[in-house]
Order: sequence, then C-alpha cells, then structure tokens
Amino acid sequence: MAVLKTFLYLLVYPGLVFLFAYSTFCEWFDRKVYARLQNRMGPTHTGRFGVLQPIADFFKLMAKEDIVPEAADKGLFNILPAFGLAVVSTAALLLPVWHFSPVVPSWTSFSGDIIVMLYLLSLPTLILFLAAWSSTNLFSTIGGARVLTMLFGYEVPLFLSVLSPAILANSWRLAEIAAFYQARPLLLLVNLLGFVVAVIAVQAKLERCPFDIPDAETEIVGGTFTEYSGKKLAIFRLTFDVELVVASGLLAAVFLGGFPGGVLLGFVQFVVKTLFVIFLLSLIRALTSRIRIDQVVSLAWKVLAPLAVVQLLATILVKGFLL
Amino acid sequence: MNFKIPIGPQHPALKEPISLRMTVEGEVITDADIRLGYNHRGLEKLAEDRNWVQNIYLTERICGICSHSHATCYVQGVEKLMEIVPPKRGLYIRYLVSELERVHSHLLWLGVAGHEAGFDSFFMYTWRDREIVMDLLELVSGNRVHYAMNAIGGVRRDLDEGQKAKILEGMATLRKRSEYYFQIGANEPSFVARIAGVGMLTKEQAVALCAVGPVARASGVARDVRKEDPYAVYDELEWDLVTSDSCDVLGRVVVRVKELLESYKMIEQMVRRLPEGDIVAKAPRRPKPGEVLSRYEAPRGENTHFIQSNGTDKPERLKVRAPTLANYPATVVMLRKGFIADIPLIFAAIDPCICCAERAVTLVDGRSGEETVVRMSDLRRRSLARPANAPAKGKAAWPF
Repeated sequence: MAVLKTFLYLLVYPGLVFLFAYSTFCEWFDRKVYARLQNRMGPTHTGRFGVLQPIADFFKLMAKEDIVPEAADKGLFNILPAFGLAVVSTAALLLPVWHFSPVVPSWTSFSGDIIVMLYLLSLPTLILFLAAWSSTNLFSTIGGARVLTMLFGYEVPLFLSVLSPAILANSWRLAEIAAFYQARPLLLLVNLLGFVVAVIAVQAKLERCPFDIPDAETEIVGGTFTEYSGKKLAIFRLTFDVELVVASGLLAAVFLGGFPGGVLLGFVQFVVKTLFVIFLLSLIRALTSRIRIDQVVSLAWKVLAPLAVVQLLATILVKGFLL
Repeated sequence: MNFKIPIGPQHPALKEPISLRMTVEGEVITDADIRLGYNHRGLEKLAEDRNWVQNIYLTERICGICSHSHATCYVQGVEKLMEIVPPKRGLYIRYLVSELERVHSHLLWLGVAGHEAGFDSFFMYTWRDREIVMDLLELVSGNRVHYAMNAIGGVRRDLDEGQKAKILEGMATLRKRSEYYFQIGANEPSFVARIAGVGMLTKEQAVALCAVGPVARASGVARDVRKEDPYAVYDELEWDLVTSDSCDVLGRVVVRVKELLESYKMIEQMVRRLPEGDIVAKAPRRPKPGEVLSRYEAPRGENTHFIQSNGTDKPERLKVRAPTLANYPATVVMLRKGFIADIPLIFAAIDPCICCAERAVTLVDGRSGEETVVRMSDLRRRSLARPANAPAKGKAAWPF
C-alpha cells in the first residue's frame, strides 16, 4: 500500500501528470495575460479559451523530426533535456503544498529543504549551458556563455532575498517558514523589498523578457536551443514551464504566507498565489524591452544585490528588536 | 574568443536575405562586412522591354513597403521627359498617398525596431495602429500594398468628400497614438538603455559616407529632398524638417516619430486644400529623346531614378538608386565596436529594404571561391552561350 501510495505521489499527484497539466495551464495563463497586455487575443482555438494550446504545442513538437548534429557530444546532447525535467520535477515535490501538516511531515519536508530547492533551481541553468556547449553550434555557444554570465548576476540576489524571510522565521524548512508567517501575517510586509528583488531574479532565471538574452532570436537565432528540435525541444520547453510553477510556488511559500487550510483550501491557495506571481512575471515581460548582457550584470550587482542586502539587514534588525 | 558570426542570408532578424559577416571578440564586434546579391531580379533589364505605361507597374514592384515611392519617382521623371505638367488636383492626391505611405512605413519601422530590441508590446501596438493607415490607403486606392495610383500625367483615382473625412479622422487618432509612442520610445528605461549611444554615426561621417534619409537627419544633417529641392506640392505646404543631434539609434527613433507628426500635418493640409479640377493630363505615347534624373524623398531617404529615352515607346535605360544602398557604407561604420546584441538594432535602424537595393549579382565560383561581379548584359550573354563541355540538359549537376 505504502509503495503504491509513493508511486501515485510521484507519478500522478503531485508528480508528473499533475505537474504537466498545471504547468501547461500556467503557460496558457502567461501567454493569455501577455497577449491581452499587447492588445492580442492569445490562444483561443484549442479547448475552451485555448486552454489546451500548450498541450497541443507539446504533442505537436513531440511528433516532429528530431535532429542531432554530427559534431555534437551525442551523449550529453540527448540526456540533458530529460535530466533538466527530472531536476525541476524533483524540486516541485519539495513545495509545502503537498503535505498538509507541519507536525507530521511527509518525507519531502525536512529542515534545509529551502536550500535543496534553491540548489535544484540552479541546476537547470547549468544544464542549459551544457546543452548549448555540447551542441557545438556557434549561436548556441554564444547563448551558453550568456547563460553563465547571467547566472553570476542574478543568483546571489535571488539567494539573499529568498533566505532573508527564512532568517526571520528562524527555520530552514519551507513548511515551518510558511507556518510562521501564517501566524504573524503582518511580518510579511517586512519582506516586501525582498519579494520585488526575488521576482526580478526569478524572471532572469526563467530567461524571460527583459532577460531573454540567451535565446534572443533577433540576435543569436535560437540561442541555447538552436540545435534542439522535436522531442528534446518539447521537453526543454516543458522544463521551463515546470520551473515557472516551482519558482512561483517557492516565492508564494516564502513571501506570500504559504498555502494553509488543508487539502482543498491549501490547493486553492496554491493556485491563486502562484497565478498571482506568474501574473507579475507576465507584466514585467510585457512592459520591458530586452536589455544587453552587460546591463544585466550591472543591474544585478549595482541594484539587486544591494537591495537584497538592505532586505537582509532589515530582517536582522526586526528580528533583534521586535521579536 | 574570436568568432565569425554569419548574420544571414537566413536569420530571424532579417526579413529579406542579405549576408552580414561579423567578426566578434567575445560579445564585441571588431569587423563587419556586408554581402548583397541574394535577391536580384533584373528589374532594370525588364524595364527596357516594357513601354512607358507598363513600367509604372513594374517600378511599383521594386519594393513592397515603398511601392508608391518608386512609381512616383519614375512617373515624375517620365513627365519631365514628356514635358507635361499634371493638374494640381492630381498632384495633391499623388503626394497625399506618398505621405500616407510614409506614415505606414515609419509605423512599420517603429514596430520592427521594438521587435529587434525584444520589446514585442511596442511592436504589437504600432502595428495595430498601422492598420488605420493601411485601411485609409485601401480606401483611397483600393489596395493595401501596391496602390497603383500613378498615371503618367496625374493619378488614376479621385477623392470624394467621404474619403476626405475618413482620412482626417484617421489622422486625428494616429496623432494621439504617435505622441504616446514618442513618450514610450524616448522614455521607457529598458528600451532607451538599448538604443541610446548605440550605432554612433557622427555628422562628418554621415556626410562623408553619403547617408540619406532619417539616418542622415538623426546625425544632424538636414538632408531632405522635399526641403532642398521641393518638388510638386511640397513648397506649398507648411512643415518642418526634423533633425536630431544624438547620432545614435535613439536619434533615429526620435526623427522617425517626429516625421510621423509632420506627415500628419501635411496630409491634413493636402486634404483641406485639395484644389478642384482634373486629376490627370493627357500624355503622349512617346517622349522626345533625352535623359532625366528624378529625385524623390522616400520614407527611407532619397530615391533617384535615372531615365534615358531614345524617342521610342520604351525607355533606353532605367537606373534605380534606392535609399538603402546609399546607407550601407554608413552601416558598416555603425556596426564596428558594437555588441552582438546591437547588430539587429543598428541594421534595422537604417530601415533596410534589401530587395530595393539589389542591382548587381556577385557570382562565387563553387570550386575556387573566387568572386566576380557580373552585369546583367554579361549574365545574359553567358546564359546564351553554352559551354562546349556542359552536360546534357537534365543531367546538370551542382559543381560541388
């Protein structure tokens, strides 16, 4: 029974099947918001309001011809998409929405899971770089170099800003952090600055406008994905969708008070809060133009990192004097 | 790392085939080279086989975006050769369509610039409003792209009161929207960060390299045929020449948006002051022998047609110099020392119309890689003379 339960947990809910459905829904939501902000309709045709469009896109790509370049490192080139999807799906299991009581934790909730989560969210970037490098294409190589350059920019602000609420809550466990803020909702306001920094850093991590530099199509064609096609590209795109869900779930858990209220209400809270974060991300995507790679790095180190440090300082002061 | 990146002939940033070979050091461009000839159609040769009227429609097809510019430039020249003066009403309608075309071309360019910079929202908004002027053009001429308005000695279609009212209404909407785009294009921080100080072309360089149109005007050179050598109706209209001293892509955006506002002014004046009378004068079938150089300010800059007549019903020679060709030398200078990320922006900032500028073909030998420039007449001679050792038809193979 326990084995069956674990399998259901991994494969159906909240495992692959649910993640696939929810991440494609989030992509649809993102596309729809983006389109409406641009005075377009967005997907309308497949399913009601076009809600099945990302799934249709996924299966269509799966059926397309899959080409591996002669000069590519074939082993790496083939394995990396699956590896990327596995990493982000594992990260999704750590979200504190699937276990419903901090008192009786399931095996995916442990002290330090926020660190594991951040680590698992950093891996896809490295996978992208390796994928770009192993495909040996000129445009991919430039894209890969840009992926790494950006990583040095946004990673530190992201870590600092996500960890400061944890410091205030005095815990490295996502479920406990969420529970802490559920008990004292006013303290969420202390982390507002960190939330802003984290949203911008997540936008960069997901390589969305204004940080879509590694796959800027007007500059370097497909960037990191230039040589990827068919199944592998479909899986990479799904990886980004799942990463979008995981990253917005992480921000919701840490900055927006988590998902209290048991199985049903907790799930509703999860959906509402992640969609809110995704809405903010879509807003940024629609309102900005792509910036240059040197501008990203200077933005990250001259603006985001100092702001994250200010947040950290504020957290420590609040913790020392008010609590 | 020293790379040679091929931008083109097929690349998402390019809407037409051209080859930009960039030598880059990391992300910085150290050298740029432009290769043309992927879109050669032999239009000048074709023009010699068609009569004066047929050529209006041929020249219209040199370009899709500035179709009216080429046709008008040609017709202006032919009218001078035939020594006829079109009636005022015809001229007003002709240059009304010219300015409408400039509006649609500049709005299109603004969208393209936004897209190249990764600012797709700007692209969607400007192209939505471009539909207003496209609809007006369809209303006036019956077509969205090739208006076919010109006839030798005037225009083919008249304007009625309803159309005039619609045009004025459209201009009022567009003026409001363009002012908003000016706010965005010149103030949106992430967009301005991408375009300010990018693709510098000093005033001296612009003059030395013979830049034309908005590129020259954005470098502070007040060069515009409509002001320097006012043809037809332009000396009767009140409008200002727009220049900018910033010498970069931002300046080119500003110049184009301000030119939009000037064009709205001109269109309104032309509609309000439209004189009564005929729209077309009767033209003779053939002009006297002679030659003429016709100048016209197209949306992209000065367009010139050189027309030579030998007294028959067909031109002896038609030579087209499209504005894009004049801007290529300046582009190479602008690209140097830029970032890879700036390539699409700098190149798009000259508003390239690649097929307009294709006048010669470079032949590359498949085996030796040797390049030769061949003229149309030469190409034709070669195509007729089959080499003795050529394989039989049907068994022809690529040489590599």
